[in-house]
Amino acid sequence: MIERRTLAIGLPDWRELESDDQLPTEPLRINMGPSHPAMHGTVRIVITVEGETIVGADVEVGYLHRCFEKECEAATWTQIFPYCDRLNYASPMLNTVGYACAVEKLLAITGEIPLRAQYLRVITGELSRITDHLTCNGASAMELGAFTVFLWMMKAREWIYAALEELCGARLTYSWVRVGGVATDLPSGWIERVRRILAKVRRAVDDCARLLVDSRIFRDRMEGVGVISAERALSYAFTGPQLRSTGVASDVRKDHPYLVYDRFDFSVPVGARGDSYDRFMVRMEEMSQSMRIIDQALDNLPPGPILLDDPAISLPAKPEVYNTIEGMIRHFKIIFDGIKVPPGEVYGYTEAANGELGFYLVSDGTGRPYKCRCRGPSFVMISALAGMIKGGGVADVVPTFGMMNYIGGEGDR
Amino acid sequence: MIDVKRIERHRLGAERSFLPSVARGMVTTMRHFFENLFARRETETLRYPEERQPYPPRFRGLHRLMLRDDGTLRCVACMLCPTVCPAHCITVEAEDVGPGPEKRARLFEIDELRCIVCGLCVEACPCDAIRMDTGVHAPPTVRRAEAVYGIRRLSERGGRSIAVQGGAPDWRPR
Repeated sequence: MIERRTLAIGLPDWRELESDDQLPTEPLRINMGPSHPAMHGTVRIVITVEGETIVGADVEVGYLHRCFEKECEAATWTQIFPYCDRLNYASPMLNTVGYACAVEKLLAITGEIPLRAQYLRVITGELSRITDHLTCNGASAMELGAFTVFLWMMKAREWIYAALEELCGARLTYSWVRVGGVATDLPSGWIERVRRILAKVRRAVDDCARLLVDSRIFRDRMEGVGVISAERALSYAFTGPQLRSTGVASDVRKDHPYLVYDRFDFSVPVGARGDSYDRFMVRMEEMSQSMRIIDQALDNLPPGPILLDDPAISLPAKPEVYNTIEGMIRHFKIIFDGIKVPPGEVYGYTEAANGELGFYLVSDGTGRPYKCRCRGPSFVMISALAGMIKGGGVADVVPTFGMMNYIGGEGDR
Repeated sequence: MIDVKRIERHRLGAERSFLPSVARGMVTTMRHFFENLFARRETETLRYPEERQPYPPRFRGLHRLMLRDDGTLRCVACMLCPTVCPAHCITVEAEDVGPGPEKRARLFEIDELRCIVCGLCVEACPCDAIRMDTGVHAPPTVRRAEAVYGIRRLSERGGRSIAVQGGAPDWRPR
């Protein structure tokens, strides 16, 4: 008969142990993801656990890599807009706005963009920021068991998607922003519908907050979980809501205002402890600040053109194409050759929903970018995840990763 | 100076016993329950196959090819749409029409499986020949080849375009 002693290889016999805390365990490696309900965006974390405590973690990203930067080198500056929609798919408008701002910086036309186009970009961008935070907070709450909150937030997101669909023709893949402005103007009655939708979204977010914010079950799961200090967050190049949750008031919209953000009155929410609960609350507060911005922008929306009228940059109006040879030639030249961006390089950065979204563009004067490097905020921040989950329990991975809001489209690109 | 708003974290008092949260949560969810029960107009759910969410007029769906007044295709095979398409899903081959400089599309194929529905082809078309305003999705197919739409299927949904071309006499630029 085989003795029990020989089965537990290299470990002391359990019968000789004196108390429970000396139970023989050896570190166990388990996979979380890439296909796991809580690992949205196909991320794989190889966790080494000792009992319930995580002693080592190895985060593997790249499962959604689809050659964004290489594809961009083969596309004209205009053709990149549909690719940008698919970066952070929870807030596509902010990506395209960020890309357009970077190209315009390289073209040195940032100051000439029509005011109405800038306002429209701010309105749609902030609507997208709300959808992103609704997705992040709703999904994270669902992973902790609050399914009602998830459904209410998805419902609210759907209203905003419907408004954007009415404007752009698609729920998610808008391809609506263009270099020099935007593609289409508002449909009639859109402003009133957006105001109605925002009132409904505000009510839904308040309902969700009532369920979660002071609930002890939720607080126990979120508080003190995934803590990161401000110094450490800065050294990991954190930006956006995650940096603000540690108490650093940093927001590209305030620090380096782009578009017309310096005209609006809004505040930057900051947390204190840098735990998952702070991140959740910062996102909740940012939604209401975004609604404040949209309200002000809708009130002050100026009339005027929505696209810069520059023969070298923007397509001419359709009647001009149909009826004049000059318009026809201009139309053909821009589409066949692409926009001729002068040689040079630029780093354009905007505040996306997850933090600073940067585009480092190099142009060699042909109609296509020589290099289009994208700094996805969540890709930069995922490097800190292993340190943030170490020492916690396996169950703490879920809220920490959920509040990290790693978006595969933007991180893996 | 940046306008900063600090997140306040309430100290949990009676909430530590779980019960106030449960009560408050029940009040909120029951309010939603009764709203859904009695105020049906506010309910978001649809009885799907019978009821459908109408698409907005700008919705981008299946492509269609527009026709001239005499029923021929408006397309002049200028190759702008295959050029601008980021997904390379459009194939156009041109052929001569009669003795003049005119040409038309001998082959016009769109692979609706590759199409990313960005609408750049519609924006690029210089003669209003291609549109995406059909309001229907690409339907599911058994074989991939069935999702490649040729001229016949693309022009089935086509209508006469009212876009005036070729130098309307009363039109002035700006």
